[in-house]
Amino acid sequence: MTPALRTARRDPRDRHPLLEQLGQLWRNKTAVLGLGIITVFVCAAVSAPWISPHNPVETSLYDQLKPPVWHDKGTWTHVLGTDELGRDLLSRIIYGARVSLLVAVISVGLAFTLGTLLGCISGYYKGLSDGIIMRIMDMILAFPYLLLAIVVVAYLGPSLQNAMMAIGITYVPRFARIVRGSVLEECGKDYVMAARAVGANDMRILFLAILPNCLGPLIVQTTLSMASAVLDAAALSFLGLGAQPPTPEWGAMIARSRALILRASWVMTFPGIAILMAVLGFNLLGDGLRDALDPRLRD
Amino acid sequence: MLAYIARRFLILIPTLLGVSVIVFLLLQLTPGDPAELLLGERATKASLEQMREHLGLNKPIHVQYAMFLKRLMKGDLGETIWTRQKVWIEVKQRFPATIELSVAALLISCFFGVILGIVSATKQYSLFDYVSMLGALAGVSMPIFWLALVFMLIFSLNLGWLPMSGRLSVGVELETITRFYVIDALITGNGEALKDVLWHLIMPAATLSTIPMAIVARMTRSAMLEVLRQDYIKTAKAKGLSNMRVIFKHGLRNALIPVVTTIGLQFGVMLGGAILTETIFAWPGVGKWMYDAVMQRDYMVIQGGVLFIATLFVLINLCVDVLYAVINPRISVR
Repeated sequence: MTPALRTARRDPRDRHPLLEQLGQLWRNKTAVLGLGIITVFVCAAVSAPWISPHNPVETSLYDQLKPPVWHDKGTWTHVLGTDELGRDLLSRIIYGARVSLLVAVISVGLAFTLGTLLGCISGYYKGLSDGIIMRIMDMILAFPYLLLAIVVVAYLGPSLQNAMMAIGITYVPRFARIVRGSVLEECGKDYVMAARAVGANDMRILFLAILPNCLGPLIVQTTLSMASAVLDAAALSFLGLGAQPPTPEWGAMIARSRALILRASWVMTFPGIAILMAVLGFNLLGDGLRDALDPRLRD
Repeated sequence: MLAYIARRFLILIPTLLGVSVIVFLLLQLTPGDPAELLLGERATKASLEQMREHLGLNKPIHVQYAMFLKRLMKGDLGETIWTRQKVWIEVKQRFPATIELSVAALLISCFFGVILGIVSATKQYSLFDYVSMLGALAGVSMPIFWLALVFMLIFSLNLGWLPMSGRLSVGVELETITRFYVIDALITGNGEALKDVLWHLIMPAATLSTIPMAIVARMTRSAMLEVLRQDYIKTAKAKGLSNMRVIFKHGLRNALIPVVTTIGLQFGVMLGGAILTETIFAWPGVGKWMYDAVMQRDYMVIQGGVLFIATLFVLINLCVDVLYAVINPRISVR
């Protein structure tokens, strides 16, 4: 066998370039820190029924507003204290991770699916469909942050499902624009021409040839969108437009604690820290991923 | 240049039409119809029918949209459901409060954001750089409604330094001319009121400025780093110019181009964030008004408020684009 032929064959030790780049993530300390934080929250969310010390919605008249353990009057039964109905705060925060992560995954999942589909159609078929889709995206982008989500929920009625849908809809343009840009760029390359020449149909070219090459920016956007989805969902719940009582949701917990701000500041403090840490985790990971996968996007 | 601005204005028309379509369609999602909302639950069938006729609800949807658009063109946003006031008049009364808050927040975030960014960039990989950039990342991740409560707890309730809510203390007299209280206090030369107004402004503005400040700091840092690597900076240094002169005269001027764009976009974003801040601090602006309307299900107010904020947002984005073309000679406007 001539050397030229040997190099043409795929070396099994060759890794996919995406994996190669992801491997570099381990060297990025902030990304690893972010991944660590997210892992903690995901573990808490998955194992909530086993690790939370109390039932998150069970009220207890005798345990109202117990302070956290490091207070003089604190006890180990309620490590982070209790709220005005005697519910254990630690358990509510652990279960709250379930709600927040679920909302983030579903709303970003919705935006990812819709955005990717629309972006593909827009970038691949160009012409009229591109014009129409991108104008619709412009319309959505004409509303400032959170406003459209608030309004959609205001009309549909406050609930967690509606909040997820509202957040999902407002995030579609981010994904559609990225995918459209990447698809436009990739379409002109030789490998697409080659795929077309061997008779692959549009679906095959789009999803098996082009899309895998656009994954980098998409992964980055997904991670950063998870961060803002957690934040937006908490804001909507804080305004009373998302999770309804007695669902243990961080934003809703902060809203209820406003009346107790002087008497029991811990009821307000811990859910806020939980939101901050979860969002920070996704942002750290997103930044790290951006450095590893998509140097063009660095801000 | 003028042709460029004119063209940008023309592109505005389809976007604003789109906004009106979305707002119109949202109204169709309302449970029940506007006639029922306006007349209440105990309305008779005949009066409901009459109201529907009056509002044109019996007509096909595209005719209804045309009527809606015609009213909008005349600047008629309808009446609020509960107080029966003209929506446009209510908007006019409230928007100066929102603008005042947003501008104050913008000034805070620009000032501190740009300084943090410059120092971080000139001392890259120093302790200051790490701490401020981690702080900026925490700022981007901050739930501002929570931060607002923390500020209240510390500065109002525990230390008693700042007032907890509102724009003006009870008992402080201020003649309202422009409804921008800072300007009003300055025009009338009312020192006592000016101090009171500024005291009320600090906490809400600081809260609202958190996220933009963090974004501006990050943007300034990376733009500065990019610029400081360029050859002309080396040349300037080699010429023996002082460090300050190199950083501010040669570096910052070029780094500011992307920063200005970011700042402009953040101003628009803040209009949305104002809903949270205004609600918490009982700040009587458009955001608080809209929140109250959401709670009372006053769909006319929501519709008017959304149209107003979205239009303002689109106009600001246009200004940012034009400004970008003006300050960046490398962009061809033709």
